[in-house]
Amino acid sequence: MQKAYLMGNEAIGLGALAAGVNFVSGYPGTPSTEVLETIARENRDGRVHVEWSTNEKTGLEAAAGAAYAGARSLVTMKQVGLNVAADPLMSLAYLGVEGGMVVLVADDPGPISSQTEQDTRTFARYAKLPCFDPTGVAEAYEMIQEAFDFSEKYHTPVLFRPTTRVDHGYASLLVKEAAEYTVHEAKGFVRDPGRWVIFPRLSRRAHAAIEKRNAELTHVFSRYERNACLTAGHVHCRKGIASHGVSWTYLEETLRGFALAGYDKKAPRLLKVATPFPFPEHRAVAFLKGLDEVLCIEELDPVIERELTYLCGKYHLDVKIRGKLTGDVPASGENTRDSVYAETASFLGIAPRAGRALPEPPVSVVRPPVLCAGCPHRASFYAVKQAMKGQECLFAGDIGCYTLGNAMPLDMVDTCLCMGAGLGIAQGIGAVEPGRKCFAFVGDSTFFAAAIPGAINGVYNQADMTLVVLDNSTTAMTGHQPHPGTGRTMMGEVVEKVSIEETLRGIGIQVVRTADPLDLPHAVEVVREVAAQPGVKAIIFRSPCIALVKPLGRAAVDEEKCKRCKKCIREIGCPGIVVKDGQIVIDASQCTGCGICAEICPFDAIEVTRLPGGGLPKGARSAQQGKGGRA
Amino acid sequence: MQKNIILTGVGGQGTVLASKLIAAASLAKGYEVMSAETIGMAQKGGSVFSHLRVGEGLYSPMIRQGTADLLLAFEPAEAVRMLPYLKESGVLVVSSHPVMPVTAALAGTDYTGREMVEYLRREVREMHVLDGAAAAQEVGSPKALNVIMLGAALASGALDFLTEEDVIAAIRKKVKPQFVEMNERALRYAGEHGV
Repeated sequence: MQKAYLMGNEAIGLGALAAGVNFVSGYPGTPSTEVLETIARENRDGRVHVEWSTNEKTGLEAAAGAAYAGARSLVTMKQVGLNVAADPLMSLAYLGVEGGMVVLVADDPGPISSQTEQDTRTFARYAKLPCFDPTGVAEAYEMIQEAFDFSEKYHTPVLFRPTTRVDHGYASLLVKEAAEYTVHEAKGFVRDPGRWVIFPRLSRRAHAAIEKRNAELTHVFSRYERNACLTAGHVHCRKGIASHGVSWTYLEETLRGFALAGYDKKAPRLLKVATPFPFPEHRAVAFLKGLDEVLCIEELDPVIERELTYLCGKYHLDVKIRGKLTGDVPASGENTRDSVYAETASFLGIAPRAGRALPEPPVSVVRPPVLCAGCPHRASFYAVKQAMKGQECLFAGDIGCYTLGNAMPLDMVDTCLCMGAGLGIAQGIGAVEPGRKCFAFVGDSTFFAAAIPGAINGVYNQADMTLVVLDNSTTAMTGHQPHPGTGRTMMGEVVEKVSIEETLRGIGIQVVRTADPLDLPHAVEVVREVAAQPGVKAIIFRSPCIALVKPLGRAAVDEEKCKRCKKCIREIGCPGIVVKDGQIVIDASQCTGCGICAEICPFDAIEVTRLPGGGLPKGARSAQQGKGGRA
Repeated sequence: MQKNIILTGVGGQGTVLASKLIAAASLAKGYEVMSAETIGMAQKGGSVFSHLRVGEGLYSPMIRQGTADLLLAFEPAEAVRMLPYLKESGVLVVSSHPVMPVTAALAGTDYTGREMVEYLRREVREMHVLDGAAAAQEVGSPKALNVIMLGAALASGALDFLTEEDVIAAIRKKVKPQFVEMNERALRYAGEHGV
């Protein structure tokens, strides 16, 4: 064993390696992404197959196949990705696996960077799959190894659901050295149509078997040491608190503070739930017996609260269960150290330490996230906006950095629902309002992940729509992962790029034009020409993510020529253009010399100086990792 | 010993590296460390923060409001935003140079940074102010701001469990060789200029 300071996702990745994982797939999504990246980085001998799949569904299916063949497999995604992978997962729950298979789904309370606050613990109950819920970095490292053993023992895929603060928290912990890793060899796929081919007859049998197994697991999980019933204070205390995940650590620290402050007599009995499904029923009943009331402190759904309320009915226990359903704690949103402190103090009858009241700040400075200075998406949106000026349009957006095209002054995103949805939405609105020019914007990674069926749908059903693929040749939002269009894999191979143009032509789209959005006049012209055509047509705006290439140049304002009309600020919203003492100034530390501001300046007051090597890749390391230190 | 530190700034200012340097230096001295930082959409020009905890009795990386020993802010409005975390006897180290949000340039608001610094002076018992951007110019790179501010925090005494040498050793481990010398100068800047 060796000590290491790790991000939760790194610890989970190393835990999977320590468990002898053979196959790892996934689709990038905050806060899950670094698990797979860690495994790819540590996979020095190439023993583990690691891939970014085209989406969560293909990733889960591939991981299932590997587990059919006896491999230990892991698939990683964020919570909304599980919706995409739900179809194979629901059926796989019936078939089970041969090798251990862990489906890692990272939940995002808040939400901080997601569309929904859905709770994978609830999904686990729906899918009838065991679910592991770690409280912190060190526990996540151990628990993912236990999840593999457990999956293999019961021949079922299991869910593993860390949340943002576990994924992105850092802590020191003891980790195994490579020599201590479990070595797991896949035995190979054994043909058995009665086991691997799902038919109603098999499903009927499998459903009954799953229900029986899950009933048994309530016993097994009641003995699982990470489901703990603790007495922090007096054995005859009448109050209990049940919690899970990172909230559990907030609760522990709160109670330690209360103990140090002399409130030990008020210490409650505690229930820590590590497996929300199947619920550790017998341990929970032991916890409930003798209590008058219980507070459930949990994030997202009231999973523990519902289970405890149900158990009180089942076992005729006269315990008042409090939580989200009773209005004692907020029904939604992320828990914080402060919220858990206040809720615990109130429940135990401890006067909370008064917070400091600060006066209102003199001005409110809001900083919504924006497209980076020099981002080619800004030019693409601006080109479409210019070309379509005066026409009734719909701009359907999608999931990625380019959702930020909604910000003023670009204001180019009318809708955003989920990965790939923009195409269908543009088609539906276009069918209802034939006079409206409908555009669907989609990024390159999202194109491969979720947009191709929507494009085919449009061609087949005679939609009138312009598909705009914003191709920056990377998955930028999540930290620059490769995808089928980049020609690189997570095994380090250089492979044939899948062509977006050829894919669209193959579908039957006749008008497919490619343009550089930074050549603004040409880009505007292309949009005009393409949008005027009938049917489904496509524009690929191709220009690399500026975070991955050296700056093209630097723009500067000629103070003599500048009339301070602020057109550059009003129209493109580049964070690199600021007003300083009444002058328009370009922030050299942000500018990459894209030249869009110079292009639109009516007085020719902005000059761009080209830099040598501009536009060339910044170097293999940063291209692979995406983030990393800056000096 | 337990130290609770909040680092804050605007996406791109390098709070993450500053946080990693304190963590690495503390770990090298044998302290327990936990930390958490903003990752994802909020990075892109938005407000960012790191929670960093060093010492005994840590259960999670997150810090309660009113309990931070040090608030290290790379931008005045971000210092104001995170001020509720600072305890009354805590130390604020802040760069006075404002970063204009795009919305401010658009709406023509009158945010200058000065009003925030004045507000902070009224509310904070111990505060150290430095124009991090001007200092970075002097040091020779706008990207040096984060390490200059880290140096200011060291000079303030709020990181008394670490020495300048501890942090320099961390810089040598974490930063690309060609940038080590510049970062060492950046770290020493505040101490040499009497901040």
